[in-house]
Amino acid sequence: MSKANLLDRREVVSTLLADRKDALVVAGLGASTYDLAAAGDNPRNLYLWGAMGGAVMMGLGLALAQPDTPVVVVTGDGEMLMGMGSLATVGVQKPKNLSILVLDNEAYGETGGQASHTSASADLVGVARACGIPDAKAISTLGEIESFAKAMQDPSSGPRFANVKIDAANLERVLSNRDGTFIMNRLRGALGHAPI
Amino acid sequence: MHARTEAPQEQAAVWPEEIFAILQRYDVRQVPYVPDAGHSQLIQRVLASSNMRGIPLTTEEEGVALLAGAWAGGQKGVLLMQSSGVGNCINMLSLTQIFRFPFLTLVTMRGEWGEFNPWQVPMGSSTQGVFELSGIHVLRATHPSEVKDVMEAAASQAYNACTPTAVLLAQRLIGTKVFVK
Repeated sequence: MSKANLLDRREVVSTLLADRKDALVVAGLGASTYDLAAAGDNPRNLYLWGAMGGAVMMGLGLALAQPDTPVVVVTGDGEMLMGMGSLATVGVQKPKNLSILVLDNEAYGETGGQASHTSASADLVGVARACGIPDAKAISTLGEIESFAKAMQDPSSGPRFANVKIDAANLERVLSNRDGTFIMNRLRGALGHAPI
Repeated sequence: MHARTEAPQEQAAVWPEEIFAILQRYDVRQVPYVPDAGHSQLIQRVLASSNMRGIPLTTEEEGVALLAGAWAGGQKGVLLMQSSGVGNCINMLSLTQIFRFPFLTLVTMRGEWGEFNPWQVPMGSSTQGVFELSGIHVLRATHPSEVKDVMEAAASQAYNACTPTAVLLAQRLIGTKVFVK
């Protein structure tokens, strides 16, 4: 299923996070979570293994609670399509420290590669822009990922949205932790919040 | 928005103020909501507050995910919705068990007390059952005089013990919606 000239998802995520500093990262369920794990475990990673459609909203809640810290949501086209309304909610709140990167392989890779709506007609960049996120663009090169990575470090210039068309190859899974209370409390601990 | 009849016991609607005061005391900061007439006074208070953020949603399940993110970032929240929105939340309610974060939702009930609109009745009838099957503890306030105590208990168990809790604000409390005068 590989196509020429499409970016490799692992390379996109590792480039995005190569110099992440204190950035908090939320990854949507499935391949995005494996990509985040492959880029290197970090207490500031919020790995999702379910709650499809919720990644952007978790990023929003986190961004509003930590307004001086960059928050980036990395998720797939299927997950983003399910939570499309959350782009409208982000457009109203306009959190300046929130960035959203969609890894768009135009397919539900985790379930057999069935075509998603982005393979036919849905344009997520257009949706984001129409929802009130003017800094929304399509990305097709690693150079643009580097620029996005730099921009997301500035917590006063968002929200921003980018859709990256990626190679649809199914890569070997890299499994992150999947115990939610561990993931949650480790992240809170990294931000200095004690358990109840 | 449609007007409701005044509940007979109260003219000044003290109970939304009592809810607001308790949320303030627990330092609740993020208040996602899908509007409902029964929540309008509380939503106004939240939007006018300097330390709370009212966050309108496109669908209620967004609020469950938002509150998980808020807690990850160190803030408490509360989700305001109507009984018809509870069904929209079901899969996302998994997060309350997965992350064990302090989840509190305040639900204004429809379809249970002199309801005019039959479309409200199925979800209103299953609201409590849906919550309980999803692992959410349910408390109910039917009369204005009991709202404060119920809310106090709900906030305490949600925020102090991470016990996911829904408070059902009965249709009898908020008043039956009038369609035909």
